[in-house]
Amino acid sequence: MAYKPELDIDISLVEAILDRIEQARQVSSSPEVADAHQGRVSSSPQVADARRVGGAAGGKVSGDDLIPILQEIQEAYGYLPRPVLDRVSERTGIPASRMYGVITFYDQFYLEPHGKHNVRCCRGTACHVSGGKKVINSVKSALGIEDGETTGDMLFSMETVTCLGACALSPVMVVDNTYHGRMSARRAEQVLQQLKVEEG
Amino acid sequence: MADKKINSITDLQQLSQTLLDKQKEYKIRVLICMTGCRALGAKDISTKFKQSLKEQKLDNQVIVIETGCIGICAKAPTILIEPFDFLYGSVTPDDVDEIIETTIKNSKPVEKLAVSQNGEKTANINEVEFYKKQKKIVLEKCGRIDPTKIEDAIATGGYLTAVEMLNGKKPQDIIDEMTASGLRGRGGAGFPAGVKWNFCRQAQGDEKYLICNADEGDPGAFMDRAILEGDPHKVIEGMIIAAYAIGATQGFIYVRAEYPIAVEHINIALDQARQLGLLGENIAGSDFNFDIEVRMGAGAFVCGEETALIASLEGQRGMPRPRPPFPAHKGYLDKPTNINNVETLANVPLIIKNGAKWYSDIGTEKSKGTKIFALAGKVNNTGLVEVPMGTTLRQIIFDIGGGVSDGRNFKAAQIGGPSGGCIPAEFLDHEIDYDSVEQLGAIMGSGGLIVTDDRTCMVDLARYFLEFVQSESCGKCTPCRVGTKKMLEILNNICDGNAKPGDLNELEELANTIKKASLCGLGQTAPNPVLSTLRHFRDEYTAHVEQHKCPAGICKELTTFVISAEKCKACGKCIDVCPTEAITGEKKTPHVIIQEKCVTCGACRDVCPFDAVDTE
Ligand SMILES: Cc1cc2nc3c(=O)[nH]c(=O)nc-3n(C[C@H](O)[C@H](O)[C@H](O)COP(=O)(O)O)c2cc1C
Ligand code: FES
Repeated sequence: MAYKPELDIDISLVEAILDRIEQARQVSSSPEVADAHQGRVSSSPQVADARRVGGAAGGKVSGDDLIPILQEIQEAYGYLPRPVLDRVSERTGIPASRMYGVITFYDQFYLEPHGKHNVRCCRGTACHVSGGKKVINSVKSALGIEDGETTGDMLFSMETVTCLGACALSPVMVVDNTYHGRMSARRAEQVLQQLKVEEG
Repeated sequence: MADKKINSITDLQQLSQTLLDKQKEYKIRVLICMTGCRALGAKDISTKFKQSLKEQKLDNQVIVIETGCIGICAKAPTILIEPFDFLYGSVTPDDVDEIIETTIKNSKPVEKLAVSQNGEKTANINEVEFYKKQKKIVLEKCGRIDPTKIEDAIATGGYLTAVEMLNGKKPQDIIDEMTASGLRGRGGAGFPAGVKWNFCRQAQGDEKYLICNADEGDPGAFMDRAILEGDPHKVIEGMIIAAYAIGATQGFIYVRAEYPIAVEHINIALDQARQLGLLGENIAGSDFNFDIEVRMGAGAFVCGEETALIASLEGQRGMPRPRPPFPAHKGYLDKPTNINNVETLANVPLIIKNGAKWYSDIGTEKSKGTKIFALAGKVNNTGLVEVPMGTTLRQIIFDIGGGVSDGRNFKAAQIGGPSGGCIPAEFLDHEIDYDSVEQLGAIMGSGGLIVTDDRTCMVDLARYFLEFVQSESCGKCTPCRVGTKKMLEILNNICDGNAKPGDLNELEELANTIKKASLCGLGQTAPNPVLSTLRHFRDEYTAHVEQHKCPAGICKELTTFVISAEKCKACGKCIDVCPTEAITGEKKTPHVIIQEKCVTCGACRDVCPFDAVDTE
């Protein structure tokens, strides 16, 4: 999830995402090609495209695809940049207002760029009763930011999440994609310190 | 190996036999949990094993398999060695050479890595208390197979039941068998699965859909995650049978994005099933077509509720709508839709294979089969537990779970997450099933079971859940949106020492109104954690409200920590951890907390080995 400032947004990424989905929809609406997909390794985990039997017909991307599209865009850009969303709206006919409604409903969509490292602390029940709050507070004070914020140097973002499914190893913290189990305030601080040193 | 399309039952049976024979070429299987245990370094162990076995030229007899959850997460990273069935816990890469020498070469257990119970080390998994009292049927293969290889699933009989059904079994017969089995939905509400399937089968519609609910929103629950990660083919097989029975051609698995390994494993499994012709057109040579698409959630708890989930699949804000119409009549794209939970669907192949009678012999009169619990919190053996319905909490928490951690006292078991409640010690011997749990003011829910000890404040826990539902309320209906906010305000006041007389009554009144008036299950059950703690732990509330004390020492404004001069051995550990330098003391003199500096964070109490830090 690389951070890209608003100025040098590469619109071609979103064009490619939409091209691929449109193509897939066209394929799925012509019956004779159904068999051609069987041996294929799935290209994207989010949009399972052509296999859809009852999806939108006629090769059009529909509102149905909105959430997977947004997920792919966020994966590519690190967040949901405004110009990219405008482009999606132009090409698909999904109104920007509807997109905004959806984006703001779900916790995992960001309209602002995120830091290079994403620190997620669990505030689920198992973590809560095992002292998760102390871990969260220590991360906040180590980074000097609050839940959902990003540090000024764009290196770290922190957010709390409701459960990471590693409850047996509570309290849990995930940095980028690495799980850290049985955390304490101190150990959380050490993990972040290590990253800060690596970043220079 | 398995790349040819399967066109008949015979094809599948032959493939299964070939794969099984091939498995037998290896004398020893080293099973390494690569899901939960990955968080504690399982990958390095696996790498080291493969490397050492290769160096010692043992890799043609010994195979290393990266599996799903073996169950006893407390001992992570765990490995299991077949055929000896030796279970090792807290393994490090440095232990690998010793394991090879002792176990692989000499068939003996490595004592120091065995699980200890009652002061004795037990290496054989079948003798470990944690496993002895369990009945693993849904989780049978979890931790025993490589979930990323369909070969492992097929060698152990996977897909055979589904393919048999597609070849001539009447859908209605399958539904009748499911109804007779008594399987109730594992997503929380416990609605009979066969009955629901029948609604959808009977519903008019040219197209029907099947959705697997893998949103697992209950914070503290990870059963569905473990099933998808450890044995995804079982869920797919269950979905094929369900789809065939109700007449659906398209399926979805809606899985939360916080589960990246589950998403990865299920996608791999779907691709493999497609390649073998077990999904897609004319499955295994039959005339049944069915395929499955994975959709990821985007971080909204309410999307676990079925109508909200459907809205989310349709690319909308995940807001629930009133029922009826039920999804069975008007679901995805307004077409008849059947939604089941992961664990429900994972039960299906077992029931159809072994029969309704076999299944309904397990469990209690009204709750059949087994239930998987995610055991977490203040318990020694945290992990994944599968027991027959009707097992008591004492058996789960003390016999299987090994009791409360750090030698503390049991206070309550939280069951059912934000919709559930806390069950106190006096009910430890009650048999747990859908109905008995409800009588105690909790709900079975999805299976999260969190143990709390005497240092858990029940008022704070109730506040925690209200904070949760308050932030997850979608805002559509007023009782839930405003009511939970109002309840949270009162609870915040109680925890901060600003309670007013009458607050408890108002809390109860609000709770009962929200339960009755909310639109969906989120609001209807949101007050449960408060009501159940008020019912079982009212004295703790009164201590907060009337004496301005938090007996558990959690609510900061109501807590004063003091060090007992008798118990303190002046070890200095508390001085080290105190973030505000509020503790003074020399070697050999009892330490003292300077109250002006103390921020009641509790760090000193957590580290004190002598239990000398107490609330005033
Ligand atoms: C607020 C709320 C959250 C829910 N979350 C889940 C969930 O995470 N997983 C699940 O399977 N069911 C969840 N349910 C229950 C579903 O609405 C639905 O009843 C269930 O998926 C049906 O499957 P079953 O009959 O197999 O249990 C939730 C219900 C509510 C009201
Ligand atoms: S409660 Fe924290 S990982 Fe589940």
